[in-house]
Amino acid sequence: MSNANQPSLASGHEGTLRDQFSAYISRLKNGEMGSLPAVGAVLVLTGLFAMLSPVFLSRINFTNLFVQAAELTMLASALVFVILLAEIDLAAGVTAGVAMAVFIVLVKFLALNWILALIAGFIVGLAIGWVIGFFVAKIGVPSFVVTLAFFLGFQGMQLILLGEGGVYRIEVPEVIAIMNNNMPDWAGWALIIVMAVTMFALGVWDRARRAKYSLVNKPFSILIIRTFALLILGGLAVLIMNQNRSQGSIPIEGVPIVIPITVVILFICTFVLERTKFGRHLYAVGGNPEAARRAGIKVARIRIFAFMICAFLAVVSGIFHASRIGNVDGSAGHTIVLSGVAAAVVGGVSLFGGRGKVLNASIGALVITMIDNGLGLLQMPAGVNFLVEGGVLLLAATIDALARLRTGGSIVRK
Amino acid sequence: MSVPAIELSAVLKSFGPVDVLKGVNFKAYPGKVTALVGDNGAGKSTLIKGLSGVQPYDSGVVRFFGEEVNLHTPREASAYGIEVVYQDLALCENLDIVQNMFLGREELLQGTLNEADMELQATKALASLSVKTVKSVRQKVSSLSGGQRQTVAIARSVLRDAKVVILDEPTAALGVAQTEQVLNLVRRLADAGIAVVMISHNLSDVFKVCDDIAVLYLGRMVAQLKTSETNHSDVVAYITGTKTQDGTN
Ligand SMILES: Nc1ncnc2c1ncn2[C@@H]1O[C@H](COP(=O)(O)OP(=O)(O)OP(=O)(O)O)[C@@H](O)[C@H]1O
Ligand SMILES: [Mg+2]
Repeated sequence: MSNANQPSLASGHEGTLRDQFSAYISRLKNGEMGSLPAVGAVLVLTGLFAMLSPVFLSRINFTNLFVQAAELTMLASALVFVILLAEIDLAAGVTAGVAMAVFIVLVKFLALNWILALIAGFIVGLAIGWVIGFFVAKIGVPSFVVTLAFFLGFQGMQLILLGEGGVYRIEVPEVIAIMNNNMPDWAGWALIIVMAVTMFALGVWDRARRAKYSLVNKPFSILIIRTFALLILGGLAVLIMNQNRSQGSIPIEGVPIVIPITVVILFICTFVLERTKFGRHLYAVGGNPEAARRAGIKVARIRIFAFMICAFLAVVSGIFHASRIGNVDGSAGHTIVLSGVAAAVVGGVSLFGGRGKVLNASIGALVITMIDNGLGLLQMPAGVNFLVEGGVLLLAATIDALARLRTGGSIVRK
Repeated sequence: MSVPAIELSAVLKSFGPVDVLKGVNFKAYPGKVTALVGDNGAGKSTLIKGLSGVQPYDSGVVRFFGEEVNLHTPREASAYGIEVVYQDLALCENLDIVQNMFLGREELLQGTLNEADMELQATKALASLSVKTVKSVRQKVSSLSGGQRQTVAIARSVLRDAKVVILDEPTAALGVAQTEQVLNLVRRLADAGIAVVMISHNLSDVFKVCDDIAVLYLGRMVAQLKTSETNHSDVVAYITGTKTQDGTN
């Protein structure tokens, strides 16, 4: 009792840079690998495809990769919110499809203002998320079944809204611009600087708060290293994207508009998951719903919110998709959901719930997109593509299950 | 003797035609560890669930420090400072010790989690119970042993400023050394002035740390004794129903 004001227990913040590094290594050995396998895959795939195809690392394809990945990143991030609860949303893709169908019907046939039509699309998405969440959380139907039912039903809804074989061009320049237009050079640089400053400022803020409570801080050098790593990698990407990548006479250069949109959404998601009460409760429900309930957490409400967030972000990914291909058709979003699940799992989000981040999912999305893009460049038949993606997903899920055994968790779902 | 932290009189509870608690009287004093023993099905867990508000009694009087109270929901119970450490622990393995200790009552600053504040409070709570076995307060619960988990669950109730802590078989799944640690922890809780109620089937544990022993037999409190005034074989006799104490309570 005498040393009650002199806490003696460690917090993992102690030690030098070297100590922190060896602690990180031992966490890896214990199976807490996060997205490290996915980062490894990105490096290996880059080397492999660069060797096999001269186009892969060309400026135009480099930029394309990120634009394509943005769409999948958004869907994978959407799914993270439900996968963290050990649930699944197989209807995420078609939810986006229905929302975009509503959007195009309102714009084309009812001549509604495009912003209002987009808002309507989001509201449709949120409503669908709520309904799915209600079935799962309040009635207790397994999410796999509920969302499979919606997956089938909404394909019909898309057909009814758009008509058999209906394809409608989007004539809203602002929507088309998301995936097809670029920012001026300076804006790309500004983006990277804002990101680095935000990261650094949040780090300093956290350290100041710990210091205020006289808690030990990690070496300052870690924050510096991380900020510089972001500046250098991000700066390199901006440098490449800011060069003319056109093969014709009209120059194409700059960071695509979709990139800052994606960055901001990922930042908000990460902030919500890691720094708010809702985020903490989401992880708790994913880890042990009964423990969460006894701690006074309203479990059903958390579940419903998670499905609503998932549907909302899925609609964002639907907008990206529609913007990239320039139209809305009745079959949009039918197959992408499985790639979304694959991306999340490959990135290190656990299907058992409770472990994973949206950033992991975005790295997973990059892996899946690279496979897609690289095999396409090598003119492999589409069948090979599916086979490889399926293999990667199986591998990632196996790593997930093994890691769970390693960290002492049971493999049985609660 | 001082005022009991918890005093039950004539508590009844039945499930349909089955009478589980048939007029139970029970007292637990601050600063004391009271054992609640009895054979399987005697009604111990049912008695506890009434106190935690999970499953209210049908009738009877509950006094909290002499004042009559109604405990109809877990929230009401925890508002009085009655905390239960369940047998199956109720911790989230994917969260760390600090996060578990503050689950459901996170400290916020400007709408965001105040991790530093929570870490300091959790560290102090663990230190006040002289917990030294955990490596780091930021360790995930999945990496803790059974005894360490029990420690975290108990320390959580201290953090909540509990007046009454009820433990349902806290040493059931533990080895010798870990049982020893948890029993020490139980003792320190009581020494800090908390009224501790411990359900246990292990009489040697009971004789080691408890001040009072309450014995339930088929829904009746057949004895409430001072540990110092009884012995192992007497308690066994009460539990198995071969002996009754006339005039108790
Ligand atoms: N919800 C319920 N519905 C019907 N009967 C119940 C219910 N809960 C408990 N009982 C019955 O009440 C009796 C007492 O159960 P209780 O769980 O309180 O016993 P216990 O003393 O905790 O036993 P153990 O040592 O095995 O944990 C048992 O006969 C049990 O079958
Ligand atoms: Mg019991």
